[in-house]
Amino acid sequence: MAHTERRDAPELPDFSLLKRLARDQLIFLLEQLPGKKDLFIDADLMSPLDRIANVTILKQHEVDKLYKVELKPIVSNSDQLCFLIRPRIQTVKWISDLVNSDKVAGRFRRYKIIFTPQKFYACETVLEEQGVFGDVTTDEWNFYILPLDDDILSLELPEFFRDNFLEGDQRWVTTAGSALHLLQSVYGSFSKVYGIGRCAKMVYESWRELMEEGEQRTRQPEFAKVFLIDRDVDYVTPLCSQVVYEGLVDDIFRIKCGSVEFGPDVTSSDKSIKVMLNSQDKVFNEIRNEHFSNVFGFLSQKAKNLQTAYDKRRGMDIQQMKAFVADELKGLKQEHRLLSLHIGASESMMKKKTKQDFQELLKTEHSLLEGFEIRECITYIEEHINRQVSMIDSLRLLCLLSITENGLLSKDYKSLKAQYFQSYGIDHLLTFANLRQLGLLEEQQAGETLTVMESKVGKLVNDKTVGKLTDAFSSLAKKSNFRALSKRLALVPKSGEEYDLRVPRDMAYIFSGAYIPLSCKLIEQVLERDGWTGLEEVTRMLNGQEFAVTGGSSGSEARNKTDAQRIVLVMFLGGCTFSEISALRFLGKERGCRFIVVTTAITNSARLLEALLDNHA
Amino acid sequence: MAFVTANWNPLGEAFYRKIELYEMGWNLKDGLRECLVAAAPYGGPIALLKGHNRRSPSARPQLEIYSSSGVPLASFPWKSGVVKQLGWTVSDDLLCVQEDGTVLVYDLLGGFKRHFSMGNEVSQSQVLETKIFHSPYGTGVAILTGALRFTLATNIDDIKLRRLPEVQGLQGAPTCWAVLTQDRQSKVLVANGSHLFVLDNTACTPVTPPGLSPQATSIVHMCVSFSYKYLALLTDSGHVWMGTSNLKEKLSEVDTKIKSPPKQMAWCRRPKSQQPSAVVMWDGLLAVVGECKETIQYHLDDDSILVPELDGVRIISACEEIFKIASMAPGALLLEAHKEYEKESQKADEYLREIKEQSLLSEAVRQCVEAAGHEHEPETQKTLLRAASFGKCFLSNFPPEQFVSMCRDLRVLNAVRDYTVGIPLTHTQFKQMTVQVLIDRLVYRKLYPLAIEVCRYLKTPEYQGVQQKEESDEGIAKAVSVKLADAAGISYSEIATKAYESGRTELAIKLLEFEPRSGEQVPLLLKMKKSPLALSKAIESGDTDLVYTVVMYLKNELNRGDFFMMLRNQPVALSLYKQFCKHQEQDTLKDLFNQDDDHEELGNFYVKASYKEQRLEARIALLQSAVDEYYKAKNEFSAKTTEDEMRLLRFQRKLEEEKGELLVGFSLHETMIALLSVGLHKHAEQLYKDFRVPDKRFWWLKLKALAEKEDWEELEKFAKSKKSPIGYLPFVEICIKHHNKYEAKKYVSKVTPEQKVKAHLAVGDMEGAAEAAIERRNESEISTVLARCSTTSDHLLMERLNRAKATVAKK
Repeated sequence: MAHTERRDAPELPDFSLLKRLARDQLIFLLEQLPGKKDLFIDADLMSPLDRIANVTILKQHEVDKLYKVELKPIVSNSDQLCFLIRPRIQTVKWISDLVNSDKVAGRFRRYKIIFTPQKFYACETVLEEQGVFGDVTTDEWNFYILPLDDDILSLELPEFFRDNFLEGDQRWVTTAGSALHLLQSVYGSFSKVYGIGRCAKMVYESWRELMEEGEQRTRQPEFAKVFLIDRDVDYVTPLCSQVVYEGLVDDIFRIKCGSVEFGPDVTSSDKSIKVMLNSQDKVFNEIRNEHFSNVFGFLSQKAKNLQTAYDKRRGMDIQQMKAFVADELKGLKQEHRLLSLHIGASESMMKKKTKQDFQELLKTEHSLLEGFEIRECITYIEEHINRQVSMIDSLRLLCLLSITENGLLSKDYKSLKAQYFQSYGIDHLLTFANLRQLGLLEEQQAGETLTVMESKVGKLVNDKTVGKLTDAFSSLAKKSNFRALSKRLALVPKSGEEYDLRVPRDMAYIFSGAYIPLSCKLIEQVLERDGWTGLEEVTRMLNGQEFAVTGGSSGSEARNKTDAQRIVLVMFLGGCTFSEISALRFLGKERGCRFIVVTTAITNSARLLEALLDNHA
Repeated sequence: MAFVTANWNPLGEAFYRKIELYEMGWNLKDGLRECLVAAAPYGGPIALLKGHNRRSPSARPQLEIYSSSGVPLASFPWKSGVVKQLGWTVSDDLLCVQEDGTVLVYDLLGGFKRHFSMGNEVSQSQVLETKIFHSPYGTGVAILTGALRFTLATNIDDIKLRRLPEVQGLQGAPTCWAVLTQDRQSKVLVANGSHLFVLDNTACTPVTPPGLSPQATSIVHMCVSFSYKYLALLTDSGHVWMGTSNLKEKLSEVDTKIKSPPKQMAWCRRPKSQQPSAVVMWDGLLAVVGECKETIQYHLDDDSILVPELDGVRIISACEEIFKIASMAPGALLLEAHKEYEKESQKADEYLREIKEQSLLSEAVRQCVEAAGHEHEPETQKTLLRAASFGKCFLSNFPPEQFVSMCRDLRVLNAVRDYTVGIPLTHTQFKQMTVQVLIDRLVYRKLYPLAIEVCRYLKTPEYQGVQQKEESDEGIAKAVSVKLADAAGISYSEIATKAYESGRTELAIKLLEFEPRSGEQVPLLLKMKKSPLALSKAIESGDTDLVYTVVMYLKNELNRGDFFMMLRNQPVALSLYKQFCKHQEQDTLKDLFNQDDDHEELGNFYVKASYKEQRLEARIALLQSAVDEYYKAKNEFSAKTTEDEMRLLRFQRKLEEEKGELLVGFSLHETMIALLSVGLHKHAEQLYKDFRVPDKRFWWLKLKALAEKEDWEELEKFAKSKKSPIGYLPFVEICIKHHNKYEAKKYVSKVTPEQKVKAHLAVGDMEGAAEAAIERRNESEISTVLARCSTTSDHLLMERLNRAKATVAKK
């Protein structure tokens, strides 16, 4: 298998410490409100909370009943209500209404709001405006990071993406900065920080401020480098269909906070099973980064091995049997259970994904990435919309088309949009406005025919002039420049060559050898060059905003080729996909280093687009 | 424990002592010889100009400024003309009077501030002698010119030159002279031999001091007390005459028995004490003269300079010393009592009784407190204060204020007397110059933290410190930051707050620039009503919370129009506010868009509002508004789409009313499917035509809808209605999907040749598929069919296919 662990791979730091810290703080906060109390939890905090402190722990600290925040009137007899929520205006408003209605009813209760990861002024303003500021106590639970796996840390803030990139609301920037600060204070400082994107820059600034404020602790650093990247640097990658096992599971079953619920069609029983997907699951650990086409083969081989292991007991004497049952059987059973689950999952995925339409979908995506047979692609997309195959998938294809082609021709744009409305309703007017604002789905302006000129001119004159031209053009509108980037960074391998997915050559394997994810390629290039030198043109096409800073620990120390120096922290602002994580794991193996991914949330094409929907559903 | 008064020397009824204040920190090679020296009163700085007479440009004199404790503050080579006199102003500026009458003003740290001239007459006839004096109006300069005329400026900050009348019979330079301030006028007292004249604005009046001993033929030295109330004259016979400065009263006359001319003479006296006394200095000898015939004499090792102070004399030499005066009566007993008390001896009681019997206890306490104020040694101060507090215990209604304020003052004084600060203020001086001035001086010396500490300690309401109007705001801000650069945890915002409170808004802003935490900057800026700046600072910080704080503040503070205008210039704030409005104030959002004439957004706003509207009429009305806005935004596409939507809604409602089908809210596509599924084909067709639905879409959806209903008959009819724009393969596939092989087969024949193989395969007709593939001689299709064949049942077929494949490959 391609994905066996390298022997010299550096040890990863122990992130369970973060969980312990969060738990201790939560318990402390709960004890601030002594006595029995009912706890209301924001729906999207349920799963993360479960990973930090389960129900038993909560009960130990006098939590009586647990409710989900549903923004509806509540039924609770407790005299003490505690709310554990994200700092959202809506939720706070709901709480204010609750308090006010209690007041009207002449009921006295104690209310405590615990905001996580921090409280916002706007929320307090709401409390004030609603006249309940004095009735509630507020607190902060600084739960910034949830370790999802050995190498995945998540801020669990899916709204980061929409808030920051669409609404221009930078409220989470400080949160991201604080998260980095937390990592730094627990695990030591970093020798070098790179970043690209506006938000990345702001996060770095906020982090730096925290660094300067707090006392400096010189410690042996546990990470060498940090790379901050904005999601809007690379939209193409998250918009592509995922074909690596873990990504595919996420696309189909939706992995939530590191665990997935397999339905009856997978478990081949009448009930669903919740499974944790991480490196603890040995079967999963071996296949998570594999291209899907290899998974089935691997699983059947595994099944055979398992059978042989079981078969050993034939011809055993009593003594051996006893030892077998005591030592091996449990492990085998466990493996058996997992194996059957993953086989079930693969089967279910196979059913969906080997179907012809999926193949055609992939083909269209690849054509778009390579930039040929665009007409056919448009026809395909049109049909896709007309047949109401999938609201999100259609939108995804439209966006891919727009980004790779630097916007749609006006004619195509109008007709596709009209058709989309016919299929899914006019309320998507707003969705389209959002997509346009983000530069995901655009209409080519008259001036943009220049782009064609530009690429033609590019062939005739030298690079420098092209640079100037590109500058001039990109100042006209925010453009993806995908085609030019792809050429410069060789993101799309030459077609026609056989790509053996079993023995991946490069990161392109995560997209069946059709495309190397831009985000990961950037990271690779920057780490290789130790900075942005030589990538000037690339960053220009990405709208600049890149930076590289030599950080806290001294240079001489950084020279030491310790384990820590081979650990790179990558922070995705606005979410990253499992495919990208797989690509980075692959890159790490190639380079003998390891990547730790910090993300505001795990995302995929569906989540990304759903965040931008503005229809009334 | 030595008795505290042990080092006091009695002189008549008064006691004097000489104490060493500082081991001077300076390192003077040649001592004070050949130097021009000036020291500012109130423990001010000392300026030295070495070799001021050197005129060759190769050896420029060096100007050095030290604090009272000898800590160097500045040093630079003197590049201007020949300096006649150095002096300090009341605000600690250094004045350098040049030969030509130009006066250069430097600040305490050697920075040049300005210069002014003493007039043409002075520059023509050159400066002979100069005296710098302090009057209630400020600092003045008096010049005796080469033409033996006096020119006077009472306040250098507001120069009005006065030329005094000629002195009668003056041939050469007068033996000595001094400036007096009397009756709100500055006068010059000139001695020419034994004659004494007072020069005022108008006249030159000869005067005679009453009772001046007749042996004297000439007055060689004179000095005026700090307060200008007293005058001391030294005659060539060695007599010191002391009297009031108006020359009406004689206080005493003492014979020093030294006939040589002294170097300097100065008054040494406490403001309220009755005993006059002066200090006369000769080379190596210092004498204190008072009322009685004796003098106290001290020996001096080095060349020294006397600096008259309010309540003593500072003697500057290699080490700095001070004369102090005090007398203690009942207080001394109390001190003793306390000492005994501490020794746990019953004598304490005896002493106390003694004081009490004379009912002098409160007096004793007061004295102890006061005495503490005059002490320089913290240990002694403590002893005295402890004694006072001990005595206080036996008094029922002794007001505590004095004691408390003394403790506080002493703390401050001890702080500023510290070697590093070097302002040896006495308590009397401190009271005279007030806290404000002290703080000003600290600030002037750029000792900001100390100044702040003092302010805080004395609970001074304002931070008057930052009030140097002379320096630019920028300068101060920079100075402050340089001073505080290394000190961790300094809050610039606090300093700025103080600066603002003392009315220096601009300075406060400059100071805030140094505040690294935006969270601290912004609230203060808001307080200062610098809201635009606060807003941009908040935005710069990237801290949304801060931006919110400012936005919310502005919302309440400004009227709506101004508020919107301000937001308009700050996109980040605007988008934040929009976010807030989305949840809290929908109408405000609309107003915002309206103000910006953002019709596109307004359109979107109405569309969004329409979703939430349950009643259809209202919904349509909202959509109509959206249409209007879209037209205004020249977005015809959106307008048309919205109009279509309105049309659709009306249509849906009509049908709902007629047929009772729930349709409202469906998309066009969904509506058509719904209609088809209940068999309302006509209506579906109508929509298809009205909304110009593409053929392909309609076919797809009708196909799907009919198959869903399993209305095979209608499907067949539909297939035959006209040529399918989507081909017939979908027909085959949809039938198979609904497990109707029979129906599927009907359409296989209609499928285009390119899709035949697929169609056959879909219905499971291997032979048909093989047939079609072979016919088309398409290798990949043959392979596809081959792959689907099962090795057991389709043996023959496979052979055929393989053969065909081989032939195709050959070609």
